[in-house]
Amino acid sequence: MKKTILSFISTIGIPRIIIAGFLTFLLITAFVLGMDMKRLLSDSLVRIGRNSLFVLALLPPLKAGVGLNFGLSLGALCGLIGLVVGLELGITGINHILLASIIGVLLAVVIGYIYGVLLNQTKGQEMMVGNYMGFATVSLMCTFWLLAPFKNPSLIWAIGGKGLRTTLVLPEATGQIIDKFLSFSFFGFNIPTGTFVLSSLSCLIMYFFFKTRSGLSMVAVGSNPIFAKASGIKENTIRIQSVILSTVLAAIGMVIFAQSFGFVQLYMAPLMLPFPAIACILIGGASLRKATLLHVIIGTILFQTLLTITLPVVTQAVAISGEAGDITEVLRVIISNGLILYALTRKGGD
Amino acid sequence: MLEIKNISKDFFGIQALKNISLTLQEGEILGLVGENGAGKSTLMNILFGMPVIHETGGYQGEILFDGKPVIIKSAKEAMDLGIGMIHQEFMLIPGFSIAENIKLNREPTKSNIFSRLINKKLETLDMVTIREHSKTVLQEIGLGIDELLPVIGLPVGHKQFVEIAREVDKSKFSKVKVLVFDEPTAVLTESEAENLLQILKQLAHKGISILFISHRLDEVLQVSDRVVVLRDGEKIAEKNQSETNIIEIAELMVGRKFKRFEAIAELKPQIEDITILKINNLKVSMPGEYVNGINLEIKKGEIFGLGGLAGHGKVGIANGIAGLYPASGEIQFQGKPLKLNDPNAFLNSSLAFLSEDRRGVGLLLNEPIDFNICLTSFYIKGRFTKNLLGMKILNQSELDEYSKKIISDLDIRCLGPHQFVRALSGGNQQKVCIARALTMEPQLLFVSEPTRGVDVGAKQKILEILVNLNRRLGMTIVFTSSELLELRSISDRIGIVHHGQITDILPPDAPDVKFGLAMSGIKGVVQ
Repeated sequence: MKKTILSFISTIGIPRIIIAGFLTFLLITAFVLGMDMKRLLSDSLVRIGRNSLFVLALLPPLKAGVGLNFGLSLGALCGLIGLVVGLELGITGINHILLASIIGVLLAVVIGYIYGVLLNQTKGQEMMVGNYMGFATVSLMCTFWLLAPFKNPSLIWAIGGKGLRTTLVLPEATGQIIDKFLSFSFFGFNIPTGTFVLSSLSCLIMYFFFKTRSGLSMVAVGSNPIFAKASGIKENTIRIQSVILSTVLAAIGMVIFAQSFGFVQLYMAPLMLPFPAIACILIGGASLRKATLLHVIIGTILFQTLLTITLPVVTQAVAISGEAGDITEVLRVIISNGLILYALTRKGGD
Repeated sequence: MLEIKNISKDFFGIQALKNISLTLQEGEILGLVGENGAGKSTLMNILFGMPVIHETGGYQGEILFDGKPVIIKSAKEAMDLGIGMIHQEFMLIPGFSIAENIKLNREPTKSNIFSRLINKKLETLDMVTIREHSKTVLQEIGLGIDELLPVIGLPVGHKQFVEIAREVDKSKFSKVKVLVFDEPTAVLTESEAENLLQILKQLAHKGISILFISHRLDEVLQVSDRVVVLRDGEKIAEKNQSETNIIEIAELMVGRKFKRFEAIAELKPQIEDITILKINNLKVSMPGEYVNGINLEIKKGEIFGLGGLAGHGKVGIANGIAGLYPASGEIQFQGKPLKLNDPNAFLNSSLAFLSEDRRGVGLLLNEPIDFNICLTSFYIKGRFTKNLLGMKILNQSELDEYSKKIISDLDIRCLGPHQFVRALSGGNQQKVCIARALTMEPQLLFVSEPTRGVDVGAKQKILEILVNLNRRLGMTIVFTSSELLELRSISDRIGIVHHGQITDILPPDAPDVKFGLAMSGIKGVVQ
């Protein structure tokens, strides 16, 4: 008995057990406080679907030994450009999503290639370089949003008539279009079917991708580059491929995120985007050495539920005790950054 | 001066030294020779109190210095006693000048106001004296270069002399009584080596006792008063220089009764008179194992052994052909030229390579056995694939079946094909490497040091696998090993590499002395 419990703990991992325990505690508190449980759980589902592709995008570089892709915002920016172009042209509905995805993916291939080459030049410091690359590009794009020749009056600042607004509202026909696709109510929970189908499909494709020649060579390069070389695998090419794949997934991820959210946020909004995604995959049990699809799935579910539920529950609890405060934001920063730090210190992985 | 009495040392049950006794008189040069792994380095490590000795449980026996028993616990204690060492690897600070390196930590200093007030450690370096002393000592050893040059850009030969200059300079100011030279001529040209031997003699003349370790038998005999031969951790012989000759020493150094492998004696060789691999002027720049113009022809169906001392380039040959290190030259395999510096071309021509660096090159330690076995042939040859909507993906069931079969064929001891390779023992890891190479179905297999770090039972099994591949399946094998005995037990011909070139190609039953001489770069002087 004791043995089975111990082996269960070691397969799941202590961090995940602690977080799952904390999550259960929050749910019980929410129940005790008499909060709207259905809404809490529905919201969690929406957020899980919304963020899943960003987390999935981290998998290929991690497998190929490039490390955590702190430059995830590069891909997201490509997706944003696609969305904004669609808005400018006044295209709505599924066509908007498709157009945004196509533009996003095309840009992401080019950007991902350049980014991959850069990461190959700075081998061993990919995570730091990626981080700064992401920060720098987001800031650079602020200029782009200001200067780009967008004309649609609903997008640009009313005063001055130049430069995109910080937050653009997606038209009725585009917002939540994938979320609502085949959406149904289940005991009062709204299930965002479309997004779930899409992210499950992406996971499935990824699963099979890692059984193909490219996918397996990625694993080999990540596991032992010299072995890969001796097997005739070109390390640098494979690394670039993994980064392109990641950037493309992030671009699509951005489109999915925006349609679910209902808004397109520009300027500094994508700046910190990689961090929660990275926290997700790490909370799921991934390390710099080993990452699997299961880590992506478990991590996204745990972390996103945690974020969704903490906010209302803590606000409620604090309000009861008579104090207000934005303690949840503090908590979010502590959890996500703390996790990243924790994972980086255990470089060896387990 | 120095007396070593009945020293024994074992590393986790493996006997490295057995009852070694040596004496070193004042002003005497004692030559110490032996193959790799004969115990020379271990003996020196004991003499220098290196941590590796004490961390592994110390040693038995005693050391007498100046007639008094001493226990040397650290390199500093050795130096305080007056034992100096010229290292094989350079213990120099690259960014410092020659003069600074020579005087490092023994700098003459001048006092200044701070040192008087606070601490003697704050005294100024007396650069003028440092330069003067360095200049004199450099002149003495015949190295006419500017003492202010940084060490970093110096040729290796000069670095070796700077190291020697440091010890010579030390001997002037403190009581250096014993100097150990560990392979000092390995990196030197012939004239430089000649120069060094002169310095050795001068030092001995001044009353310093010298322990001279070298693979170059002719040099050892030229300067030493006495020669001690070590083999497998035992002292085999001690000869006065005047009473011996190079042939006797070579014989003593190698001399072990070799036995042909049983399986090889039973099975008939299938050697055909066709050159399957032709190597023309191959040069490989593999650090530490430079290959400098090898010409070789391998016959179809033979086991060709490559032997020689460590660092002479035998390992570089296969690595160069496999495309892992920059190489130049011409290779013809089965009559077709093979493109160099391209692992893909190598693997696509029915060649396979088992690296000597099992854990570094040969395996994906954090992946399961079946993945290790299949990856190369999956990637290169498209084996174990099936179609899924136009995508070629890994056929796990076919792979499972295949890995189970090869696991039992090669007797890989594991929990199953999905066990991680890291958890296996060295011998079983090696078998996984072999399995991977076999899955490529090669015509010719390069095998480097397959039995290094493997226990005796697994060693036999691995050699048996190689013999079976060759004798039963007709696979040509190029077998590189540091263990001459092992080479001779299964090879049909053995090429001995010295300084990046083949000195001699010998049959396995050639006399020991021929192997010994070939390893020190001398070809066929015996009748």
